Amino acid sequence: MRYLPLTPADRSEMLAVIGASSIDDLFVDVPEAARLDGPVHDLPLHASELAVERHMTALARQNTVAGEVPFFLGAGAYRHHVPATVDHLIQRGEFLTAYTPYQPEIAQGTLQMLFEFQTQVARLLGTDVANASMYDGSTACWEAIGMARRITRRGKAILSSGLHPHYVSVARTMARYTGDLLETGAPALTADTDLDRLIAAIDADTSCVVVQYPDILGRVADLTPLAEACQANKALLIAVVTEPVALGALRAPGEMGADIVVGEGQSIGVGLQFGGPYVGLFGCKDKYVRQMPGRLCGETVDADGRRGFVLTLSTREQHIRREKATSNICTNSGLCALAFSIHMTLLGEKGLRGLAAINHAAACRAADRLAQVPGVRVINRAFFNEFTLDLGQEARPIVRTLAERGVLAGVSLGRLYPGEAALENGLVVAVTETVTDEDVEALATALTEVLA
Amino acid sequence: MTINQSGWKPTAPAGRGDAAGTTFTGNKALMLEEPLIFEIGDDQTTGVDFILPARGEGDRRPQAGGGGGSPHGAASAEAPLHHPAAPGGAAPRAGEDRLGGLARTASIGLPGLSEPETVRHYTRLSRQNYAIDLGLFPLGSCTMKHNPRLNEKVARLPGFADVHPLQPVDTVQGALAVINELAVWLIKLTGMYGVAMSPKAGAHGELCGILCIKAALEKRGEGHRKVVLVPESAHGTNPATAAFAGFTVEDIPATVDGRVDLAALRARLGPDIAAVMITNPNTCGLFERDLKAISDAVHAAGGYVYCDGANFNAIVGKVRPGDLGVDAMHINLHKTFSTPHGGGGPGSGPVVLSEALAPFGPLPFTARMADGHIALIEEETAGDDHPDTFGRMTAFHGQMGMFTRALTYILSHGADGLQQVAEDAVLNANYVLRRLEDTLDAPFAGSGPCMHEAIFSDRGLAPGFSTIDIAKALIDEGYHPMTMYFPLVVHGAMLVEPTETESKAALDQFIGALRSVAERAKAGDAALKTAPHFAPRARLDETLAARKPVLVWKPPVAEAQAAE
Repeated sequence: MRYLPLTPADRSEMLAVIGASSIDDLFVDVPEAARLDGPVHDLPLHASELAVERHMTALARQNTVAGEVPFFLGAGAYRHHVPATVDHLIQRGEFLTAYTPYQPEIAQGTLQMLFEFQTQVARLLGTDVANASMYDGSTACWEAIGMARRITRRGKAILSSGLHPHYVSVARTMARYTGDLLETGAPALTADTDLDRLIAAIDADTSCVVVQYPDILGRVADLTPLAEACQANKALLIAVVTEPVALGALRAPGEMGADIVVGEGQSIGVGLQFGGPYVGLFGCKDKYVRQMPGRLCGETVDADGRRGFVLTLSTREQHIRREKATSNICTNSGLCALAFSIHMTLLGEKGLRGLAAINHAAACRAADRLAQVPGVRVINRAFFNEFTLDLGQEARPIVRTLAERGVLAGVSLGRLYPGEAALENGLVVAVTETVTDEDVEALATALTEVLA
Repeated sequence: MTINQSGWKPTAPAGRGDAAGTTFTGNKALMLEEPLIFEIGDDQTTGVDFILPARGEGDRRPQAGGGGGSPHGAASAEAPLHHPAAPGGAAPRAGEDRLGGLARTASIGLPGLSEPETVRHYTRLSRQNYAIDLGLFPLGSCTMKHNPRLNEKVARLPGFADVHPLQPVDTVQGALAVINELAVWLIKLTGMYGVAMSPKAGAHGELCGILCIKAALEKRGEGHRKVVLVPESAHGTNPATAAFAGFTVEDIPATVDGRVDLAALRARLGPDIAAVMITNPNTCGLFERDLKAISDAVHAAGGYVYCDGANFNAIVGKVRPGDLGVDAMHINLHKTFSTPHGGGGPGSGPVVLSEALAPFGPLPFTARMADGHIALIEEETAGDDHPDTFGRMTAFHGQMGMFTRALTYILSHGADGLQQVAEDAVLNANYVLRRLEDTLDAPFAGSGPCMHEAIFSDRGLAPGFSTIDIAKALIDEGYHPMTMYFPLVVHGAMLVEPTETESKAALDQFIGALRSVAERAKAGDAALKTAPHFAPRARLDETLAARKPVLVWKPPVAEAQAAE
């Protein structure tokens, strides 16, 4: 077997050193009844690299590749061009095959990268600090709610109806076990967000308000009044950003007063990958650092006085605190954080602003074109690169029909909110720099025909 | 060939002495220092070329009546223009966009580098890391085995890498087939009933299993069972997970030979016990001989058995946890099934479930229909197909990029190869144990063979010397140290996991190095206290880092004042 270097002669020699007559002697602690007499039954045996590649390639071919068709899906995962440099660098073995940097003297590459990542993320989100990443945006969102409970010692979280329904589901699952009370609802197909409702709902029991920016329908609104209302009631404002490229064009939630800003970093450097692995972003105000979940990298000096970096504040973490930890999280999303950081370094502020400008302009053009399709209405007044259409009829079958015609039109709200009749005509359309004017025309044309 | 030899007198100096000294750059040949991106980049540099949109292009608002005169509308109105001089990358001017008056005008402070500078920055950083690709990485319980590159190639096929999680299911049948095929392998390899694929990492998988247990207890009307028993040797994630789910954690005592004390456990079982969490093989590298008896006793008392599968690599293809009465077990795909650790993730933690717990597993999951079509069971149909689910743990479907890699690895090995994986992993660990037990104290060596990792203690080292000194000296020998001071049940624990992908020659050299370092520690060699001597950094001041946390870069004071 190509991954196993021991030869039969090695094995015999090693067994002799150990003093065992056969390999089974080393499994003597396994009860007789649980020992298998050979390879697990009913499963294939080993295969050549060629055969495996052939099998996996055949499976890959059964999928419609986003880059090969007019493609408009977003709703928490966005298709952006990732420079070739990113994927090359993350495949350097020293990054790819390293472990969590427990031995900092021989892990400064990963640690310095994490320190840079934390700084990039904090600046992007407009927060004082950021951690070394979470699993993804949805789990980061839940962890933020838990953190708000620890800080405020209150148990009621008010979730905006514009929060991604998967994020709401994750929070609902976890709240079932922690006892947090969640207030939430489905969004309305209107240009206005529910900020006023959220402000009115804050009370003395509220630990936090969670608001997505831009929200699930692509809408944006100034979070400042909400932040002020939270502060007046000693509740925390948690902002969720599922499309970080937006922050190259839009004011950062931290600037508007959010206490904790979490996000899905997939957009930058990571790619679609059918939903994972992604990279959760987590930033907050300085004063809450010791209640943060997840790994943190900090600057220090070595015995010779040279600057270096280490994992720090680990007394928050499970391997030290065990049942008293701020979170059970162990692994973060290191390699995806690296991809994010490299892509962000290539972009720089100038590139990020340029990328955001291209996205916004392309989305504006697409919105205008799609608004001309008979029966279609654009919901949004303000948006970044994603907006919602009211198709005037149920969107799900339309999406399927368009897919059969080779156009991946967007995410139907019926898929995201099954059973919500008021939303079933909604289609969320994302337009990034990867979408060409021809793609928009193909969607508009196909939509015109299918809706007719 | 002739060359001009004037002034060229090649010599091989006899010795370097102290002449090496310091260099102008601070570099030492291949050991290259690298500043932070904030110190070398600026906000006007970018390594990406764009065709930027024309000014005001975001401002073509739909006219009253729903559109312009041209059938093509704005989409084809004009080709985008390149505005190389546009400040800040041609952000639209205020009022020209549809950003709701929220345009970001203040500086963000994100430095950019050109592409060559970027490649050099990260390549230089990478060289300050140790990695499996460089050498043996015996980090116990972390399973640093070779990461096959076929896995990487397959994960990058556009049909897997460039597919959106919310595409219509008919357009992603191949992706769902990967999840389903891997699920079937995991179920069969473990002898379990079902599997939850979406957990993002091992600890997330633990949470999944514990939430299944909680949901099952509540369904039975036994939500009053509040205690989860966890051995002291467990990973920290176990008690953290149980506590998160609202359980009280109690220790299970261990026997002198490093295993769960069955009699003590039996005595503690009762109507308040929700579950036990047991790692098998355990973190001392030992197989829990009594696990079946433990499971039977726990079940008889109305509880469930959670098995931490972090060490499944020792028994994959040899033993099926389902045969030992386990109700839930997470599998770290990045350990047993070779997906890369990536400097700390991403991981992936599918959880195999018994028939008793499978109905409570999370959404979404895949199901292969009679006609071969693979359905994705989400919230919409869960009411009919999976009414007892405890809910969703994450957006989308889990770590697809890890599923493709793990399945590729599994198919490469097959059932026979996986059995060999476990056998070679155990053989390598026992070889290390037996060759070093004369030098290092091996507390459980007398109780029989170990599984995939060998554990040693710091007993017998010279006064003032501890495990950390051995670990740091191993760095100078060219190795990543073993796991140190874990598990907590062994004093100054050194947990050595060589994995099956090390050759005998590699093991022999490592054994020689560890023996040499251990002997120096026993002899009280002072040089060990300042090791490592040859790494990019000497020992780092972790106390300072924690006392005055510096978590983001800030410009030096003088520079910050100049900018104001």
